[in-house]
Amino acid sequence: MSILMSYAPAFPEMLLAVAAMVLLMVGAFSEDNESTGAFVGWLAIVAMIAAAILVALQPAGTQALFNEAFVVDQFARFMKLLILGGTATAMLLSFDFLSSKRIMKFEYPILMLLSCVGMMMMVSANDLIALYMGLELQSLALYVLASMHRENVRSSEAGLKYFVLGALSSGMLLYGSSLIYGFTGSTSFEIISNVAKSQDAAANIGLIVGLVFLLVGLAFKISAVPFHMWTPDVYQGAPTPVTAFFAAAPKMAAMGILIRALGGAFPGLETQWQQVIIFVAIASMLLGAFAAIGQNNIKRLMAYSSIGHVGFALVGLAAGTPEGAQGVLIYLLIYLVMTLGTFACILAMQRGDEMIEDIDQLAGLSQNNLPMAFVLAMLMFSLAGIPPLAGFWGKLYVFLPAINAGLYPLAIIGVIASVIGAYYYLRIVKIMFFDEPQEKFSPVPAKLGLVMGVALLFIFAFSIPQLGTPIVNAAQAAASSLRF
Amino acid sequence: MTVATSPILSIVTFLPLLGALFIAFLPSNSGGDRNARHTALYTTIFTFAISLLIWINFDPRTADFQFVEEFAWIGPFKYKMGVDGISMLFVILTTFLMPLCILASWESIQTRVKEYMIAFLVLETLMIGVFCALDLMLFYLFFEAGLIPMFLIIGVWGGKRRVYASFKFFLYTLLGSVLMLLAMFAMFNTAGTSDIPTLMQVGPTKFSADMQWWLWVAFFASFAVKMPMWPVHTWLPDAHVEAPTAGSVILAGILLKMGGYGFLRFSLPMFPLASLELAPFVFALSVIAIVYTSLVALAQEDIKKLIAYSSVAHMGFVTMGIFTFGQQGIDGAIFQMLSHGIVSAALFLCVGIIYDRMHTREIAAYGGLADRMPVYAVVLMVFTMANVGLPGTSGFVGEFLTLLGAFKANTWVAFVATTGVILSAAYALYLYRRVVFGQLEKASLKSIQDLTPREIVIMAPLVILTIVFGFYPAFLLDVMAVSVKQLVANFETVTAAADATRAALAAPQ
Repeated sequence: MSILMSYAPAFPEMLLAVAAMVLLMVGAFSEDNESTGAFVGWLAIVAMIAAAILVALQPAGTQALFNEAFVVDQFARFMKLLILGGTATAMLLSFDFLSSKRIMKFEYPILMLLSCVGMMMMVSANDLIALYMGLELQSLALYVLASMHRENVRSSEAGLKYFVLGALSSGMLLYGSSLIYGFTGSTSFEIISNVAKSQDAAANIGLIVGLVFLLVGLAFKISAVPFHMWTPDVYQGAPTPVTAFFAAAPKMAAMGILIRALGGAFPGLETQWQQVIIFVAIASMLLGAFAAIGQNNIKRLMAYSSIGHVGFALVGLAAGTPEGAQGVLIYLLIYLVMTLGTFACILAMQRGDEMIEDIDQLAGLSQNNLPMAFVLAMLMFSLAGIPPLAGFWGKLYVFLPAINAGLYPLAIIGVIASVIGAYYYLRIVKIMFFDEPQEKFSPVPAKLGLVMGVALLFIFAFSIPQLGTPIVNAAQAAASSLRF
Repeated sequence: MTVATSPILSIVTFLPLLGALFIAFLPSNSGGDRNARHTALYTTIFTFAISLLIWINFDPRTADFQFVEEFAWIGPFKYKMGVDGISMLFVILTTFLMPLCILASWESIQTRVKEYMIAFLVLETLMIGVFCALDLMLFYLFFEAGLIPMFLIIGVWGGKRRVYASFKFFLYTLLGSVLMLLAMFAMFNTAGTSDIPTLMQVGPTKFSADMQWWLWVAFFASFAVKMPMWPVHTWLPDAHVEAPTAGSVILAGILLKMGGYGFLRFSLPMFPLASLELAPFVFALSVIAIVYTSLVALAQEDIKKLIAYSSVAHMGFVTMGIFTFGQQGIDGAIFQMLSHGIVSAALFLCVGIIYDRMHTREIAAYGGLADRMPVYAVVLMVFTMANVGLPGTSGFVGEFLTLLGAFKANTWVAFVATTGVILSAAYALYLYRRVVFGQLEKASLKSIQDLTPREIVIMAPLVILTIVFGFYPAFLLDVMAVSVKQLVANFETVTAAADATRAALAAPQ
């Protein structure tokens, strides 16, 4: 019993892994039809909620397992709750879509569970090998999910593209890891950070090249410019609930591991990686702002928007301070809610069985379905960072530490990019509110309505201290468990 | 609980929001539009009545902030409200104009009435919040959030080019404001507090002269666009022309005042050295605005556009007055803002009245209205004269005081600005002559009706106030006097100290 209890910090991951395998059996030995798929899907959500409860119940402080390769600290717990919340919500968004496309297979929730385990391992990784394992577990599940709609050419294309580019990025990451191992003698973040803190670390070219390759690999995963090329195609091609999932959970996990790697292993080389992060942040914000202007497909638009938002989140990381990391965490949480709410709206854009992705088809939505138009409009204003909505607070908490760290050009370019980006968010509001109505959409399914409602409440209620302050404090506690 | 200890500012601020929520949950049946209008009207009137309690209980003998409320908010920021002699009157101006706006939209808005009323009530909450907020982030939140309802008001209920105008309005103002936001972060990081009264005390010493310069420029980017000052005024004529009447009233009456208020609340007390250094720059822009936009106004064919340009010119007097750093100049600037809030609002309402009847704003489409609309002709005359700055109207007091202050600070500035008074007489009287006098020749005007009782109810208080403030300006000036005096005194202490240091450094050792 005590041996079992010594693995307590990993219980949430174990629970999910076991649940995935049990559900696989349930699926395999049941009739292969839609109701099995839906049943497994609901059980998966229950498993994720249970895992989230376990995470929340874990004692405060840091516990390490498996030779310090797996740590559970305040930061890991914060990120895990985001990942579980994002995955469970994405699953909730999937049911109606999958049954309308007749792809409600039981494999779908199981793949989601497995990738969720991978993501949770990523944010707990304290070792390059643990990092890689978690990363691959989540990626392999995601490649299959992207091509889930296999009769659809675009979906298959998305899966293939994602796989090829994902493999390339994994290769770079591995190459970087091997260099880091070679020049520090260890894969453990603890030891790497000691070497990186030493006097001559800055002259250690091999270590720095390794760090850059590691950053490149992770930049692929968070889809930061210049490694973003796969994002629009994959977002557009993948089934919409899968896109929602991509935009939500894996992004959280990849940002989490980026923060963990930089804050856990390379705080000593801050001046080196800071330049890279600043460049990537500026490039992502500008590309996200400009490239989205011409998009007419709402999923592609959201892809560019997500690139821009990654740029904004990186602004906080560029500061290289605990406040900056706190800002990134707050930003990620708010972005997660906004993006899930937006995808709930996108999924509700349907007439009968036909999914609509054209932005022009939203015309006059405010006269056909005012509540949905209102939710989407507020989400757009929030994504644009207009107060009092939550998106504004996210921007505030990443730009404040950047200014404090003296990164004035970065901050100024960032806010200007946010004004340019506001244009395309406003365009959606304009189409919904100012233009003449189009044909009506089908009524909004209850599950989507629920997600929209929660997202709307959240973006408004963040300005109320009863909601905002606990989140800010939790993020602060999470950031303080890193080594910045 | 007395008024002084009750959270009256929060009540006044959030009452309209409650009204908006109430309207949102009203059933939208056949009488829905009617209910929405009535709820909005009663909410705004009630808010106005309560806001008068602020004025009644306001102590004009102290420059301190009054009715202060303070709570912990998010992170290091505080929810802090309070008013002094400078901001209190703007709160009253806002609550006073809102019922008139609702009444003015009574018949002219027939589509999506519920949403319209909600947008206006939300906007009212945000505007009052701007003038009450005593925390940087709270101020910014109210300041910026107002863009959302105004964007929708222009875009949904506006004229032909409403989409263009609403985007221009939104993006222009947003671009100015985000730079101010970064400056606020820098202030917060340097001074360690976001509390506005504290920053007004410690700002001049905590921020180095160099830093003040940059902060001043960033705030200027926001306030100059909002004001608007030449050359970043171009969004205003577009927004005014396309906005529905009540939207124009709010824009001219209140939103423009936020820029001037910002200069008084932030730039002068917190960055005095930079303000002093950059005053000639502001003078130059103000004087150009006064002369250039008056000339532009002279050439307009569209009544609303003409009034919009005249607003820019009048705001030039305000910035000029503020940057004289003297009691008269600043008193005059505040008075000019309040007076302009009433007069320009009234002028836009006057345009709205004939627009509702004829559906055109072309000056050429009118003429000889005095024959059919005698009451209207009188009302429009009062406001035209007030716009010109005729003694006996409120417009005179503000212009006179700002010019007096400018004369002391810089004679040439006052000299050129005074020509603006002549030009304003030219365009205003020319407009009045073309619309109201002459022969009533156009067939379409032959059956035009004079003011309805509802319109008289809207215009009567505005006419009365314009004349009362013209004859007895002390009514307003006494309220602001002590606060302005304090502002001027602090400014002089700080700049004198800086001069002394500079002199000491320059003196041979």
